[in-house]
Amino acid sequence: MSDVLDRPDAKAGFATVGTRPVRPDGVDKVTGRAAFGADFAMPGQLTGRVKRSPHAHARIVSIDARKALALPGVKAVVTGADFPDLASEIVEGGEAASNMRDMAVNVIARDKVLYEGHAVAAVAAVSAAIAEEALDLIEVKYEPLAHVIDVEAAMASSAPVLHDHIFTDGVDPKPTLPSNIAKRHQFARGDVEAALAAAEVRVEGRYTTKAVHQGYIEPHACVASMSADGQAQIWSSSQGHFMVRAYSAKILGLDISDIRVTPAEIGGGFGGKTVIYLEPLALALSRQAGAPVKMVMSRDEVFRATGPTSGGVIHVRLGATRDGKITAADVELKYQAGAFPGSPVGAACMTALACYDIADFRIVGWDVVTNSPKVAAYRAPGAPATAFGVECAVDELAKKLGVDPIELRIKNGARDGVKAAYGPTFQNIGYIETLEAVKTHPHYALKLGPNQGRGIAAGFWFNVGGESTAACHIGEDGTATVVTGNPDIGGSRASMAIMAAEVLGIPVDNVRPVIADTASIGYSMLTGGSRTTFATGMAVVRAAEKVVGELKRRAAGVWSVPEDQVAWEGGRAVCLDPAKGDVKPLTLKGLAGMSARTGGPISAEVSLNAQGAGPGFGVHLCDVEIDPETGHVKVLRYLVAQDVGRAIHPSYVEGQMQGGAAQGVGWALNEEYVFDADGKMENAGFLDYRVPVASDLPMIDTVMIEVPNPRHPFGAKGVGEVPIVPPLAAVAIAVSEAVGVRMKDLPLSPPKIRAVLDAKAG
Amino acid sequence: MSKKHITATVNGDPAEFLTDPGTTLLDALRDELGLTGSKEGCGSGDCGACSVIVDGRLVCSCLMLAVEAEGRRIETIEGLAHGSELHPLQQKFLEHAALQCGFCTPGLLVASKALLDANPDPTEEEARYWLAGNLCRCTGYDKVIRAVLDAAAEMRQERRVA
Repeated sequence: MSDVLDRPDAKAGFATVGTRPVRPDGVDKVTGRAAFGADFAMPGQLTGRVKRSPHAHARIVSIDARKALALPGVKAVVTGADFPDLASEIVEGGEAASNMRDMAVNVIARDKVLYEGHAVAAVAAVSAAIAEEALDLIEVKYEPLAHVIDVEAAMASSAPVLHDHIFTDGVDPKPTLPSNIAKRHQFARGDVEAALAAAEVRVEGRYTTKAVHQGYIEPHACVASMSADGQAQIWSSSQGHFMVRAYSAKILGLDISDIRVTPAEIGGGFGGKTVIYLEPLALALSRQAGAPVKMVMSRDEVFRATGPTSGGVIHVRLGATRDGKITAADVELKYQAGAFPGSPVGAACMTALACYDIADFRIVGWDVVTNSPKVAAYRAPGAPATAFGVECAVDELAKKLGVDPIELRIKNGARDGVKAAYGPTFQNIGYIETLEAVKTHPHYALKLGPNQGRGIAAGFWFNVGGESTAACHIGEDGTATVVTGNPDIGGSRASMAIMAAEVLGIPVDNVRPVIADTASIGYSMLTGGSRTTFATGMAVVRAAEKVVGELKRRAAGVWSVPEDQVAWEGGRAVCLDPAKGDVKPLTLKGLAGMSARTGGPISAEVSLNAQGAGPGFGVHLCDVEIDPETGHVKVLRYLVAQDVGRAIHPSYVEGQMQGGAAQGVGWALNEEYVFDADGKMENAGFLDYRVPVASDLPMIDTVMIEVPNPRHPFGAKGVGEVPIVPPLAAVAIAVSEAVGVRMKDLPLSPPKIRAVLDAKAG
Repeated sequence: MSKKHITATVNGDPAEFLTDPGTTLLDALRDELGLTGSKEGCGSGDCGACSVIVDGRLVCSCLMLAVEAEGRRIETIEGLAHGSELHPLQQKFLEHAALQCGFCTPGLLVASKALLDANPDPTEEEARYWLAGNLCRCTGYDKVIRAVLDAAAEMRQERRVA
């Protein structure tokens, strides 16, 4: 079931925006023709493989590749020595910043390995079998070191130190000894301790989450070819081919203009493909071998060496008046960064209290390196774990106050004019409307049975804009091509075509969206942060508007009238000059057909840096039932309500809401990285790392609230991130109600539920 | 190790290829026959992206050796449509927006065809359990299940008319 609720003042009346056409790339994707990362091949290509560390933490004493190189069929071997050492340099991505020095060392280790699975060497050979045989012939001598993975253990002064150049940022005075604590973040207002002391009602809780993987079904894959003249081409699946180009150039010390990257279809990313792993290795191997090199990760490698997101500890204290005004909030976050600094704890701090209007607060975040894979962005990076703690605490407060949890949130909720804890003053947000939509939804009135529980939780994400380019070309027959530089990860071609069709006034079927390689369209930041429909969509709209301006100019020339006497209506130029009498409108097709006589081809390219992405709010409602015998949690019903600004293609907006909820349910109930005593991952496969399957979930109902974003031509807000923020708490609150005990440690897997039930039974 | 010569029927057409004894059917389909619609998501039979139908039975082609295909009848995603006419499942996946990235889609479609071959009128629960071996990380399965049930209904209707 799906509903769209418009604000009464929302402008509707669009011809194409808000409709649900079949996506332009759909047929290729249901017939198996769409080419993903591993589907591309070049004549004469070699197969590349990576040798990875068996240790969680060790010094590399020596690497001897002579036997591997002597094996017939082996064409190249590279190690860290084949790559330049980079200076520390922060580069901004779509969702998270990266340090190039660290990314280079993550791509291939230098003096130390920092997690099990860390790349130490790579081989290219004429077959996969020979490449794998060669890996075994590379002799690496290690000096194993003590390791640490638990975030609080890594913060202890006695912990083994991963990097001797990390001296905690953000503390005064700066420490004199290196540690695993890379940075302390703080956002504060007022006097939180005094406000907590004065509060009439207080709650406090310590919540924990485990590292979870983005779990895209397509493993990382690329083909790279570097010629003797230094010209390089890459075909790969990523969230941004301009990102692949920039990072590959930095890591190899090449010029950006020497690398051309062609995007493959991407088989899921969720943030995990906003960084690179294979491309620099494949390029270096290709350079050495003089032949193209194809590299595809196994699922085991994806788990051990890419992603995941942080596990963390979330400590929350809330204070309120007896009549339900939240007056104080103290939140402390400790997040695993993996092997290099850069957990999403900064964003976690900023989102922690964004749903609430609280006078006095303090939010402190700790970014902590650990001997586990370097974390990568995962959908609303940092926010879900924080929301888990804060929303569970708000639920506990509601129970203590004896008030409805939605009413408590409405009373304290962010609304226009409220200054957010992270700085800006909210405008045009739809959080209260979203809460109201859940309150009045039939689901909320359903009665629960025995062993059942209900959870409600809210979530926030900023959404981002940024740099994008789009081109719009009119064909000789009046159809249009829209070219962008953002990989289509979940239907964005459809929304680009819809927006262009709306501006041009032509049927959406007459617009062909194309995603061009890095040499064929201007720069665009990667697909991430829920920026594509907003920012790249804005570039598409501006390019189409430029084309319309040109069409009007051509028509004015034909009619010999001033340009302001031409209007563009329904895909036709209409003459407004009464002196011209009853002149027949000129269609797009007609104008396209005469373009050679009126000034040549009609096309426009627009590059912009989009600002003003409207923040998104979501509220989730979840009913569960516990099986007391097995501890299994069944999700009975699930409702997602979200302020989406304007749904350009409502089906794909619903899809984002449903998909984010499903990932959050997996995070809450089953997913976790499990390490053995040596720091090796014990569940690096989909059998033991259990993502939700079809039989785990019910239908996921959606309510789209449309509070348009005035900064986007059609009101679009980012929609992809928010839906993963509330589910951890919504599920945990529901389970807590069903078992009668507050559940604070994710995942809520059957053994944990059984343990609680056993303890209750005494 | 010398290669084996394999003869099979793939999507109704005769096919032959040479393969190492250790090569999976998935790799043979993709690398020897150029049928890259079947995907490898895990290589261990856990994700279903490589689903094909062998002699009427749904299998993970990453768990079957290519040499075991000798004399078999194999259906892959590339054979689901009749020429340019999409199978009702393909059409309904498009209409319901039952795919986002599209990587798991070929496997889900092949598994759904096997479901409807075996059970033309599945309940939602039957569809969910049948497709539990096909991981989709994007959609949350809602639109996938709706598409499959809608396709089943349309195919039953077509059969009644015919």
